[in-house]
Amino acid sequence: MNLIKFLDEFTTDKMQEPMTCRRAMFGQLGSIGKKAALAAVPFGLATASNKAMAQSSGDVVGVLNLALTLEYLEDEFYAMALDSGVLSSNAKAEAIYQQISKHESQHVDFLTAAIEGAGADPVAKPSFDFTVGGAFDPFNENGAGQATAYAQLLALAQAFEDTGVRAYKGQAANLMGSAGVLTAALQIHSVEARHASEIRRLRGLEGWITGNQRGAGMPEATQAVYNGEDNISQGGVDVTTLGSGSPFTMDAATQAYDEILTRDEAVTIASLFIES
Amino acid sequence: MKKKKSIEVKTQTVGRNRRNFLKVSGLALAGSSLLLAACSDDDDNGNMMGGGTFDLGTGDVGVLNYAYALEQLEAAFYTNVVNGSFYASASADEKAILLDLYNHEVNHREFFKAAIGANVPMEQQLTADLEFDFSSVDFGNRDSVLTTARILEDTGVSAYNGAGQYIQTAVYLTLAGKIVSVEARHAAAIRSIINGSADYTAFAGDDIIDSNGLDLAASPEEVISAAGGFFVTPFTYNNPGA
Repeated sequence: MNLIKFLDEFTTDKMQEPMTCRRAMFGQLGSIGKKAALAAVPFGLATASNKAMAQSSGDVVGVLNLALTLEYLEDEFYAMALDSGVLSSNAKAEAIYQQISKHESQHVDFLTAAIEGAGADPVAKPSFDFTVGGAFDPFNENGAGQATAYAQLLALAQAFEDTGVRAYKGQAANLMGSAGVLTAALQIHSVEARHASEIRRLRGLEGWITGNQRGAGMPEATQAVYNGEDNISQGGVDVTTLGSGSPFTMDAATQAYDEILTRDEAVTIASLFIES
Repeated sequence: MKKKKSIEVKTQTVGRNRRNFLKVSGLALAGSSLLLAACSDDDDNGNMMGGGTFDLGTGDVGVLNYAYALEQLEAAFYTNVVNGSFYASASADEKAILLDLYNHEVNHREFFKAAIGANVPMEQQLTADLEFDFSSVDFGNRDSVLTTARILEDTGVSAYNGAGQYIQTAVYLTLAGKIVSVEARHAAAIRSIINGSADYTAFAGDDIIDSNGLDLAASPEEVISAAGGFFVTPFTYNNPGA
């Protein structure tokens, strides 16, 4: 993807929205999630503080700032994971995290440049709390021990990657008409899916999602990431009825299609890890 | 390439199919592309009549046919793998992955068959019986099967990523998104089992992910060129974005 070509997209009509509108949105973004990081709040329930980012679906910059927020989260998570020492005795996991960390950092830079290139302000990086108020200890900072920390580190990575896939997918239609932006977003989307597949397999799961199962060892708090993945109606067609045999079982038919998350749903999940 | 057709006949066909579409699938069709095709008496939009090579078409019709061609190819490949009892050295893990991929690709194929049958005028529908040439694949050989799978999955990802911009209806774009991420999950798994401990980063390796962290995206021309050796039935995709 040529960055210059990508930036050219922002000369299109979608970028002509009044700055006041966008400024108002960014102003609100600063206070997102202050009350969300409550321990033991399931991913799907922390909705009270999430209105701000849910306002501007259809706005390209709004989509990119949502994406940037998710990438900030992933980027910091993987950087902290690699710094924590929790992975240092597992060469495979460490190599996988290094590769994913590199991509998330690149995504942050790419999206920041894209938003700035549009003459807009990238959303500020939030302060993250990956312990969710002390409920988790993925970096073994609070005495959980390496084994527990490692399990949580992998579980959170799976949740973040599967969330990323669904969140980008949910925004694709809002980028129609901006071909370069759409293509780049799709290119990030499939990278997140590769990450998700690998993390899931590292955890001993299949690379794809069956039904709405979060998978063995995933905290119940992550269920919101998987709710709705059991959908079998694609474009109005029940894809379990298109033939007979193993490709048309519930398992295969749900594995074969990933589902979207709405902006609200994605923000709700991310907000659990945002302090301020 | 083809003989001119009567506008009246074609328009009637489109009208009937549009009604079927709305009734059968409940999708909100942007009818403009089909009507545009119907109103042009010298286009070659997905029409085999007149003896020319079938063209996949433009806009939504083109992308649906394009996806259907690629899913037919993937499904046919994995059908051969599964029916051939895999390769001799296949581990249980590898068999499970390949069986899942077979299941998913056959489901995708049948989904596009249903979607095209309901939404695309008859003469613009890609045949359900594309023929393939897998003579370059040794189905008894692990490297040959997995390498082919990797090429097909990576090509699928690049094809959907590159064609998203040609989709005119939001519902179709979302559907393509639902499928492409599963193709990417496949690609990562295949690349991972090919490389094993020799390269733990292969699932999203530097050979496919660029320095901006972006995955492959290829034009239809590039994709058809890359996968062309497998296609026996000829077709073109001359004007995806027209």
